[in-house]
Amino acid sequence: MEFFRIHRTIPFMRHALILNLISLLTFIAAVVFIATRGFHLSIEFTGGTVIEVHYTQSAPVGEIRTAIEGLGYSDFQVQNFGTSQDVMIRLPVRPGEDSAKQSETVMTALQAQDAGVQLRRVEFVGPQVGQELLHNGLMALLFVVVGIMIYLAVRFEWKLAASCALANLHDVVIILGFFAFFQWEFSLSVLAGVLAVLGYSVNESVVVMDRIRENFRKQRKASVREIINASITQNISRTIITHGSTQMMVLSMFFFGGPTLHNFSLALTIGIWFGIYSSVFVAAALAMWMGIKREDLVKPVKKDGPEVELG
Amino acid sequence: MNRYPLWKYLTVLAALIVGLLYTLPNFYGESPAVQIAGAKTSTKVDMGTMTRAEQILAEAGIQSTGSSFEMNGPVGAVRLRFDSTDTQLKAKDLIEKTLNPDPQDPDYTVALNLMSASPNWLSALGAHPMYLGLDLRGGVHFLLQVDMQGALTSRYDSMAGEARTALRDAKLKYEDVERNQLSVRATFATAEARDAAAEELRRAMPEVTFTPGTAGDTYTLDGALSASAITQVQNNALKQNITTLHNRINELGVAEPVIQQQGADRIVVQLPGVQDVAKAKEILGRTATLEIHMVDDSPTATAALSSGTVPFGLVRYNDRDGRPILLRRQVILTGENLQDAQPGRDQQTQQPTVNLTLDSKGARIFRDVTRDNIGKRMAIVLFENGKGEVVTAPVIRSEIPGGQVQISGSMTAQEAADISLLLRAGSLAAPMHIIEERTIGPSLGAANIRQGFDSTLYGFAAIAVFIILYYHLFGLFSTLGLSFNVLLLLAVLSMLQATLTLPGIAAIALTLGMAIDANVLINERIREELRAGLPPQQAIHLGFDRAWATILDSNLTSLIVGVALLAFGTGPVRGFAVVHCIGILTSMFSSVVGVRALANLWYGRQRKLKSISIGQVWKPKQD
Repeated sequence: MEFFRIHRTIPFMRHALILNLISLLTFIAAVVFIATRGFHLSIEFTGGTVIEVHYTQSAPVGEIRTAIEGLGYSDFQVQNFGTSQDVMIRLPVRPGEDSAKQSETVMTALQAQDAGVQLRRVEFVGPQVGQELLHNGLMALLFVVVGIMIYLAVRFEWKLAASCALANLHDVVIILGFFAFFQWEFSLSVLAGVLAVLGYSVNESVVVMDRIRENFRKQRKASVREIINASITQNISRTIITHGSTQMMVLSMFFFGGPTLHNFSLALTIGIWFGIYSSVFVAAALAMWMGIKREDLVKPVKKDGPEVELG
Repeated sequence: MNRYPLWKYLTVLAALIVGLLYTLPNFYGESPAVQIAGAKTSTKVDMGTMTRAEQILAEAGIQSTGSSFEMNGPVGAVRLRFDSTDTQLKAKDLIEKTLNPDPQDPDYTVALNLMSASPNWLSALGAHPMYLGLDLRGGVHFLLQVDMQGALTSRYDSMAGEARTALRDAKLKYEDVERNQLSVRATFATAEARDAAAEELRRAMPEVTFTPGTAGDTYTLDGALSASAITQVQNNALKQNITTLHNRINELGVAEPVIQQQGADRIVVQLPGVQDVAKAKEILGRTATLEIHMVDDSPTATAALSSGTVPFGLVRYNDRDGRPILLRRQVILTGENLQDAQPGRDQQTQQPTVNLTLDSKGARIFRDVTRDNIGKRMAIVLFENGKGEVVTAPVIRSEIPGGQVQISGSMTAQEAADISLLLRAGSLAAPMHIIEERTIGPSLGAANIRQGFDSTLYGFAAIAVFIILYYHLFGLFSTLGLSFNVLLLLAVLSMLQATLTLPGIAAIALTLGMAIDANVLINERIREELRAGLPPQQAIHLGFDRAWATILDSNLTSLIVGVALLAFGTGPVRGFAVVHCIGILTSMFSSVVGVRALANLWYGRQRKLKSISIGQVWKPKQD
């Protein structure tokens, strides 16, 4: 079995300009969504209490709402979680009341309605912890971007490093844009997923860059555009198969992993597809616009002294 | 060219065997066990307790399938394993009856528990199952914030007392010495008095920096702790709080509680299996209960004691050896006035001592009481579970001013250390409050394990089927390589005794999904070389060689991400990152070395290899 019977080099760079414009628009749209709609941050970031309860029959969400309103809460959420029998209740932090008290009063109120209700999980996060998590998350993102750029600059060359980093940041921003647009819950595990995607899609770009360098060495006469096209073409079947396999795993998590892994695998799925797109159409094209040359990647065999061009 | 030297095959084989050995304990599950822990801080659980429990069982003819002793921080716990819950229950009842002759006042907590069922020879090799995180086994998680301000305030309080004593001892005049926010302020009538005091105080309290100043018409001296001394105070407070928490949690009879420092001023407490949050909180937050009373050794009291009655105004307690003592009801001091208790040695006699530090109020009371009661005994009573026990009852030899109390007498260095631990254990060095709390029910934990395991399994199966269809024999090699990767990953995690959480399982799944990349790179490369017309042996060789550089690059970038997550992540992110990082390393080994070994083993010896099974290699028509 072989999926890809490629007769000749596919001219990926022919429409580079248009595709890059589309990328730019998607990117801007994502930024706009993030700025205007913001994130539906999970309790880990905002602070507050989450109570998960289990009913023997399908849960009376409306009645639960009235019960909690009766306790004097106004800004709270009650929603089904996973199945119709499981309900997740999110309560804001109330000064002078700790989580044990909150969960106890809520449970007493719910048990008054239906004695069969069962407490599955309580989670309480103080507001200062959330702030720190946000800070640490941003630090991790910064560390990853800088670390990868340094690595690529040493291993390849700054133009490729910069275009790789830009292409992959573009992926991350677009994932975040999706989460902002659909108001999916952004939790710590989603953050881990987003950062993993960053590594994963850099990974993809690196494979393409590796090939570009190799082809610069092999094909002395070809133009830059031809070499980029050839490199992507040679890699395309590997790209699809690898990502297809990873996607299978992620889909398996999406369908069988339960609610906790749901948004994590969602973030990964978006990341995988945009990762493919960006390493094929964005990273290489950016390097091309930046004017990558054979001399940038292939060090001259004879050392001619200090006038060797560094690019 | 496609042959490995023998040592390479042996390395792969060794990795395989070690991987199997260390992964094995995870499949045995858990068997019923009985856990014995001290019910009081004064009860020591050690190897002796284990031997004793084994003897008790042997006498009754109950067979235990294994026993272990484990120190968890300062306290020990003994666990005995049984083959059925029936024997477990019988053993529990028997041990409880024998170890706690008085059920009203138990020395030990004997609790039902679960323990890894892996055979003893595996445990002897150091192969233990992975520790399951709370999200997988259910339990309570607390993050406690230690109020360092509180610890510092009480330190400054006692410093004020020390300064007062130092000035009085040196016969220097002062108007007042008080704690003023986070500093100690001494006030003097004249500048000369202040300067003389400054000299004396600098000598007596070297860890404090004193700065002179004026306030209105008085002369002042402000003392502040140096940065390193503050760190010291905070570290001590944190350590003492952790010790106290250990002692308290031990009462709950929880298996494998986690009590760890997080950052500079936080403590993580994880209690697997505990569902009663209210009880856990009450025990964590219990306040200090330490009291000092006078002992009544008068002839009437002694007579009453032997006749078993308690006269009015007195109260009866037992000491640590179980002997009754009559104490006056009046409480002289409580644990609130005790700032520190440390074991030490008497400077003249070199006898072991327990050195107490009292706060200023305690010091004043103590001075007065000791002055009036020379020759009498004083008892320190520790309350646990609402029951008091006399820790020590020393004779007062002389008036003790200044709040520095030395208890000496017939005790060994170990006893001195135990008593000081007991005295400290009663109190928290600094107040704490809960800033994060998570309770996960056991059914949710079980569901999480199942879902995590299922999704990994189905994903893996899908990849395996696809890759074998697509690459035939090389696909099978890749699948075996992936399985090898899972095995190594689980083995390393078990060796490190890492905590497996749901994000950790997700990381295993994702690592597998990404590890296939290396195999695809290699296989595609081999096909490409074949397409270019190279003979099969050379194609295999070049395929592996050329793919290596790319594999290294792409894995290193993933590793950068993993390290960043490890450095900045907390909680679930960290659990993910640990597995992710280790998984990247094992996947490199298994796909580059492991799969290569398989390919070499299969094809390497065939000199005249015509074709290899790597799926269809389609060649474009030359045009």
